[in-house]
Amino acid sequence: MAAGSPEPGRLRHVEESMGTVFSFDIRGVTDEARVRAGLRAAVASLHRVDEIFSTFRPDSQITRLGRGELTPAECVTEVAEVLDLCAAAERESDGWFSTRHAGRLDPTGLVKGWAVERAVRMIASSGAESVCLNGGGDVQLHGGPWRVGIADPLRPGALATVVEAPEAQEGLAVATSGPAERGCHVLDPHTGEPPVRGLASITVVCPTGLTAADARATAAYAMGEEARDWLEALPDAEGFAVTATGGTWTTTGFRHYAAQLAV
Amino acid sequence: MKRKHPFRRIMIGAAATASAVVALLALKQPGGSSVAGPAQQPGAGAGTSVGAAGAAAGQTVLGEAVNTQYGPVQVRVTVTDGKITQAEAVQAPDSDARSQSITANAVPKLNQAALTTQNAQVDAVSGASYTSKGYQESLQSALDKAGL
Repeated sequence: MAAGSPEPGRLRHVEESMGTVFSFDIRGVTDEARVRAGLRAAVASLHRVDEIFSTFRPDSQITRLGRGELTPAECVTEVAEVLDLCAAAERESDGWFSTRHAGRLDPTGLVKGWAVERAVRMIASSGAESVCLNGGGDVQLHGGPWRVGIADPLRPGALATVVEAPEAQEGLAVATSGPAERGCHVLDPHTGEPPVRGLASITVVCPTGLTAADARATAAYAMGEEARDWLEALPDAEGFAVTATGGTWTTTGFRHYAAQLAV
Repeated sequence: MKRKHPFRRIMIGAAATASAVVALLALKQPGGSSVAGPAQQPGAGAGTSVGAAGAAAGQTVLGEAVNTQYGPVQVRVTVTDGKITQAEAVQAPDSDARSQSITANAVPKLNQAALTTQNAQVDAVSGASYTSKGYQESLQSALDKAGL
């Protein structure tokens, strides 16, 4: 899709893949040719992830693996890497994160975050000072400063809060899960139904990257109100939730990331 | 940090304020003891009717007509240098002088109400996953259009 240089040292790009849209914002570009090559590699990697992991493609490796037509050893190495990460996320969340919905193999709750985190690393290693990549509502940052608005799930067009990544925050990631999530693809893995005591949305901020933030947001949304204690106890994770009635709560450490709003 | 395209950001806020005008109108109407918010959310629809953008002074945003309990209301706000300088009801249940004075009084309140979005100055927006189609209506899409 579109790419442009709105100002010196800055590159922006919008790319459609995986059934959603990825918005790149790159700052601190001195060697533009090199960073553009990094951006192209990052974009190609997203399309490759879609080819391998799409559960909508009958010929993707993940679909064929789920059908028993391939063994993990016959898949590209990324498949084993993602499935290991999924298994770790399932353990960490006591089964609230799950890749098995209705008997199908579906790592969707983690794979996009993992792909975005990897894409940002590619661009950063090409010499860009600061990178912000939003993959369909989940954001991986590098460098900074960056400010990420959290969409208010109950008031379309409005923001519920703002997460701030000062320059010192490397690799901060912001993932949000909610019922608007592609027709409620988040299910209670214990019942196979949508979460009972549902939150309007839950945002998870992780300094370790979007793989963790995405999986944790997925699990936390499935948990509902129980997510508060779970996130509070997790290292390297903070949460911001909007409840079904429009109230909000945060974990205690979230204030380190909450921007001071000049209102 | 210097922003290159502050105006688009303001538009996001201005679109959201269209419903605030409606709420304020409803508040002041006779018999309106408790405000039932407008039936429709402002959404991106209000923003799509923005006229030609570009000039710094006096941009006008026309909101979509919204059905309230008092009848259809449509508002137009003018934004100058990041502030709503004028708000008027182009369609109101009672288009007399009193309604016009109410909308005039609404301007400072609107600026206050819109501040959260205007002053947020965000680079990206995180929210529940959107599809390629949903992206078109998203706040992120508006940020991208402003930056590209």
